[in-house]
Amino acid sequence: MTQPFRIATAGRLGHADPVRFSFDGRILMGLSGDTLASALIANGIHLVGRSFKYHRPRGIVSAGAEEPNALVGIHRDAARRTPNVRATVQEVYEGLEAVSQNRWPSLAFDVGALNDVASPFFSAGFYYKTFMWPKAAWERLYEPFIRRAAGLGVAPDRPDPDLYANRFAHCDVLVIGGGAAGLAAALAAAETGAQVILADEQAQTGGALRYETGAVIDGQAGWDWAQTVTADLAARDNVRLLTRTTGFGYYAQNMVGLVERLTDHLAAPDPARPRERLWQVRAKRAVLATGAIERHMVFPGNDRPGIMLASAARTYLNHFGVAVGRNIAVYAADDGAWLAALDLHRAGVGVAAIVDARADVAGPHVEEAKRLGVACLPAHAVTGTTGRLRVSSIRVSPVAGGAARDIACDALLTSAGWTPAVHLFSQSRGKLVFEAETQRFLPGSNAQDVACAGACAGASGLAETVEQGLEAGARAGGATGGRTVAVREARGESWTGGMLGPADNGTGAKAFVDFQNDVTAKDIRQAVREGMRSIEHVKRFTTTGMATDQGKTSNMHGLAIAAAMLGKPIPEVGLTTFRAPYTPVTFGALAGHSRGALFEPVRRTPIHSWAEENGAEFEDVGQWKRAWYFPRNGEELHAAVARECRTVRASAGIFDASTLGKIEVVGPDAARFMELMYTNPWTKLGVGRCRYGVMLREDGFIYDDGVVGRLAEDRFHVTTTTGGAPRVLNHMEDYLQTEFPDLRVFLTSTSEQWAVIAVQGPRSRDIIAPLVERIDLSDEAMPHMSVREGSICGVPTRLFRMSFTGERGFEINVPADFGRAVWEAVWAEGRKHDACAYGTEAMHVLRAEKGFIIVGQETDGTVTPHDAGLGWAIGRNKADFVGMRGLRRADLVAPGRKQLVGLKTKDPDVVLDEGAQIVADPNQPVPMTMLGHVTSSYWSENCGRSIALALVAGGHDRMGETLHVPMPGGAIAVEVTSTVFFDEKGERANG
Amino acid sequence: MLLIHCPYCQEERPELEFRHAGEAHIARPTDMAALSDADFERFFFIRSNPKGIVFERWRHIHGCARFFNAARDTVSDRFLATYRAGDPKPALDGEGA
Amino acid sequence: MRRYSVFAIAREAMRGHRGWPEQWASPEPKKRYDVIIVGAGGHGLGTAYYLAKEHGITNVAVLEKGWLGGGNTGRNTTIIRSNYLYDESAGIYDHAVRLWDGLSQDLNYNVMYSPRGVMMLAHNVHDVQVFKRHIHANRLNGVDNEWLTPEEAKAYCPPLNISRNARYPVMGAALQRRGGTARHDAVAWGYARAASARGVDIIQNCEVTGINRGPDGAVTGVETTRGTIGAAKVGVVAAGHSSVLMQMAGVQVPLESYPLQALVSEPVKPVFPCVVMSNTVHAYISQSDKGELVIGAGTDQYTSYSQTGGLHIIQHTLDAIVEMFPMFTRMKMLRSWGGIVDVTPDRSPILAKTPVKGLYVNCGWGTGGFKATPSSAHVFAHTIARDEPHRINAPFTLERFRGGRLIDEAAAAAVAH
Repeated sequence: MTQPFRIATAGRLGHADPVRFSFDGRILMGLSGDTLASALIANGIHLVGRSFKYHRPRGIVSAGAEEPNALVGIHRDAARRTPNVRATVQEVYEGLEAVSQNRWPSLAFDVGALNDVASPFFSAGFYYKTFMWPKAAWERLYEPFIRRAAGLGVAPDRPDPDLYANRFAHCDVLVIGGGAAGLAAALAAAETGAQVILADEQAQTGGALRYETGAVIDGQAGWDWAQTVTADLAARDNVRLLTRTTGFGYYAQNMVGLVERLTDHLAAPDPARPRERLWQVRAKRAVLATGAIERHMVFPGNDRPGIMLASAARTYLNHFGVAVGRNIAVYAADDGAWLAALDLHRAGVGVAAIVDARADVAGPHVEEAKRLGVACLPAHAVTGTTGRLRVSSIRVSPVAGGAARDIACDALLTSAGWTPAVHLFSQSRGKLVFEAETQRFLPGSNAQDVACAGACAGASGLAETVEQGLEAGARAGGATGGRTVAVREARGESWTGGMLGPADNGTGAKAFVDFQNDVTAKDIRQAVREGMRSIEHVKRFTTTGMATDQGKTSNMHGLAIAAAMLGKPIPEVGLTTFRAPYTPVTFGALAGHSRGALFEPVRRTPIHSWAEENGAEFEDVGQWKRAWYFPRNGEELHAAVARECRTVRASAGIFDASTLGKIEVVGPDAARFMELMYTNPWTKLGVGRCRYGVMLREDGFIYDDGVVGRLAEDRFHVTTTTGGAPRVLNHMEDYLQTEFPDLRVFLTSTSEQWAVIAVQGPRSRDIIAPLVERIDLSDEAMPHMSVREGSICGVPTRLFRMSFTGERGFEINVPADFGRAVWEAVWAEGRKHDACAYGTEAMHVLRAEKGFIIVGQETDGTVTPHDAGLGWAIGRNKADFVGMRGLRRADLVAPGRKQLVGLKTKDPDVVLDEGAQIVADPNQPVPMTMLGHVTSSYWSENCGRSIALALVAGGHDRMGETLHVPMPGGAIAVEVTSTVFFDEKGERANG
Repeated sequence: MLLIHCPYCQEERPELEFRHAGEAHIARPTDMAALSDADFERFFFIRSNPKGIVFERWRHIHGCARFFNAARDTVSDRFLATYRAGDPKPALDGEGA
Repeated sequence: MRRYSVFAIAREAMRGHRGWPEQWASPEPKKRYDVIIVGAGGHGLGTAYYLAKEHGITNVAVLEKGWLGGGNTGRNTTIIRSNYLYDESAGIYDHAVRLWDGLSQDLNYNVMYSPRGVMMLAHNVHDVQVFKRHIHANRLNGVDNEWLTPEEAKAYCPPLNISRNARYPVMGAALQRRGGTARHDAVAWGYARAASARGVDIIQNCEVTGINRGPDGAVTGVETTRGTIGAAKVGVVAAGHSSVLMQMAGVQVPLESYPLQALVSEPVKPVFPCVVMSNTVHAYISQSDKGELVIGAGTDQYTSYSQTGGLHIIQHTLDAIVEMFPMFTRMKMLRSWGGIVDVTPDRSPILAKTPVKGLYVNCGWGTGGFKATPSSAHVFAHTIARDEPHRINAPFTLERFRGGRLIDEAAAAAVAH
């Protein structure tokens, strides 16, 4: 297996290190250091893909990230299949498996190419104008067909086993781009002692020096100089050098996103190593040395495989040692392409002709070409090409008109000049200015602390590039006296010439502007004709510049063609926005470690492990995992909950309430502060007593609730809902710091400091009594709604006598580290009394039997205390509290508001659906007038029937009324009742 | 991600440590009970939402936990000043809103 | 207006597509119009179209400071659904769904309304309760929305991860089958073309710099970068810039403007058949006809007109996407962008007359305005033409915040739009 287009004497790859890879199943050989593209070309393969719309055969256009055509799938294994990989960027490794995309059944014979035959119908925006009849066919026929035809590669279908990493970094100077300018900048900045990060997207730094044969810097060949400087930088402690790393996004305040590719070039990567790493670099100053991107020439048939950028052909030859053909031709409006022809000629490749659209071509390269006997055709244009799967000839005509001639070739190198890569500068919100003479947008005024150097800043040759780099790097490093390093000489090739749009206004066959999306010059003209006057409209209508290459080679052509049609100068037509990312970035790199268990942290209580060991099922409540129920002997949810509910009311149950939010409110003005934050009065609450508190937002709607214990004149133990803890503390801090800063109060979150064990039921006191010390548990000493400090199992405790079940109950707060030990002690005592552990579901049922609300279930941000039947909790004589004024607004006191009531189904066995809607007349037509909805609904084992809570319009005045809950299977009749279903007199909590 | 100077900690920290807290310099009326519906609406709902300089509140929630104020240009997202809660609006010379 | 059809395309194909007329005219502004609409997004262009079509008011200008459809219309993730909780919301969004279904034919422009189903995932008991409340309310309002088990959800959307071991396992889903997507640009262009054909002047690159009022306080017209233009009625439909424009007329609105970002992946062959939304893990995803995964991110926390947002917002969104669809880590973000969304305190729009005679406002759509485009435009045209709201938008007043009669979908649903 030879590589017929490999030239032993050219390039920098070692021939001793061959690599075996495959393309569409065909086994091929390349060299270590090859990209997939260079290795394919070495094997004489240019045809690598099919275009998006017309399925035209397409070859390799570039040698870099701007590649529009050569996208392939890379299959490492079944779970590591990556679509749309640029063959020009992917490095080959032993065993690499590449497949072509968007073709069926094969790359050489693709049925989709029928689109090309029918392409006269598929003009720009054709789909907006048809597929409308018959109406139903869009959904059933046309759209599915379009979808199947569209898309490029195939998405992976298995979870990705690879890892992705994230890092934040700070530096003084961030240099993006490791070509001549970037290396010079990094070196100059490093000399100042600044912390420097240099990022380059290639495997090796050097940028355009990879292919420039004429470059000499400081007496070294350009490439050698680059490697010398790189080694120098790598040896410095204050420089971090990142290769295979793309600066993809420039964000506010000099934060730049980089993505580093760590393993895609390796044959057998360590699965423990991340595949990619996202860097978020906060740079004091940035130097952008992002170079320039060569444009292709726009002419009919410019998309055949074998037609490529001149700089790419030079790169393949001078760096990879690969000839792109045996007999090439050139079509350019730029001097660089001549140099490509000369390089190839020197390497023994035939040069059939150099066609240049410009009339006045001159210079040593022209002289040299003539001396070598190459046919030079200035003032000529290529007006057509032939060759089905590879270019075989070009048709050449004088620009001014005249006889055409055909020239045979197997590759055509084109160059329409260079577009500065101002993407990141533009993303930094810097203004671009149009330089009319050279037809380029260049960096103008800055919005952030950033400088541009080299080709992206408009440098016209290597000397200027290096100078700009040195200057920008020194300044960014903070050197005031100008340069910190100098180079004795830097000479290379100059970049002159270039053109935008097609050389002639030919209306002939397809002259592609955007290869991947199949947008031709004609399409752009049509868009303008149809009234698309903004370049954004042209882009969206034709899809030019919207492919995976984001128009890197094509946007300026499209703009120029539109401007010419409109008869306006280019800047007036505008430039489309440069959006991040510069090149596509994997979702994995952006997500980093935030996957699976690390997607969001799991919060577990100190008693979690006990619940797990005892077979609990868990539910997610915010970030918490809470024990939902404790099934025994294979019980289902309902059986377990019924048993737990029965047991609590018959003897006792033990419940992990540790997730409740807890806030310590302390200070001389603590009671005054509580008065402002809650609707209830607090000043007269005795030390050692508890109260149920209701917290409102300023607009009068319920925000949170919880039991508050007063431990001392100046100390309150506040509890909040599980989900509400952070927002309640924030709400309190906000008022304390900004509205009532004179109050002497300190707030401390103690949610995770206290484990909370609720013991509820008639035997609850008997269970805890043997364990509690220094607290008199008698009803006289410690009545319902009181709090005492003492100890339990030798551990300090705040013991609350309170009940969310309606039974005699206690909540034992102990330091979290002792939570499990105390729980186990309580559990051991509980077992003597046939107590059970119960979960959140039983807790919900038990509180619903008593009509206690859950904020977020009975309330939804539109419920007032009055609506919820909590009007009693509002202090009548208070001058102010948060929400007081909001509560008085007209709609909040209007009749007919939805109010909390109980519902009993006429058939006691029917359990209503939570969320079900309530109506007065179940037979009315749709849309029905809905009176409210079921907020909670359960089977109540203790009541021997179903129970429900509901918000119903004017509900408090509807006691005893029959209403209806329409369900798909028929309406369910319900009676409006009190919200209390069990122990209506409330005796059990005290008894 | 913004970089925000906390006037209490006296250093710049990433936005992830902060929580935005709405428009600044809207004091809660001391006579809430006497407030008209229109005044309550203005206090609680109406916001200036300027295109230009906004005075806004932030909380250094994962830092010192203090609320403070900032002047920021909502077009460029550039901070012009941050200052302690209760301090008056700073003079922003040459930055005209 | 020359009709679009497959025959028209065939005819044009014969002559190289050189005969297509301009889709909309680009006239110079006249001195005076009956109605000026400020903002040439979908809602504004649609308003002009319905003013002309249904109310016979054709002396209308739509003024746009940039290019038409270039604001949130061209920046959103194109989700269409109407399974809102409250009657008021169900009314306006379901009116939109009815108009979407047939809009291509009405406009003679294929807006590619694709009712591929919108599935909203429930990840905890609270989500289940909330979604069921929606489903029941929707059923009684005649809005389709149904409950799916995790297995049914997976069958509807095969890439979905319904593993019990997920950080937030899927407990079920609410599916609105008539929900889906449409092609956003085509909506703006279709309305522009149809409005222009009925005589509406669409004037781009014309920024409104002031709203003029007469001695009686009533609107008399606007100042623009292209001169003074008179009109007795001005409708402001300027999304993120509504506060700025309304302040020109001295009207303060309860709005704040936030950055909202979105992104697309590289195009791939069909892999994602519907729209999936998850509020708990914060992710919205569908696949476009072109093959790109279209993903909506959340808002940044601060107000801004910058049309950019933080990278960490994008990251958080993709965290959620790969958590639900773990095979997508190797997919690549191709393009990301930001819009400015105007958010009201109750997350419902304001579509109403204002205290200034002749001034009307349509704003506050927050993150969910695209789906309402046809109905918003339809009832706003009615409001302007008749100087009184349509039944459907009557609840969406500017004054509701004073009395407290909010339409609080966000609070009630805990679901993003």
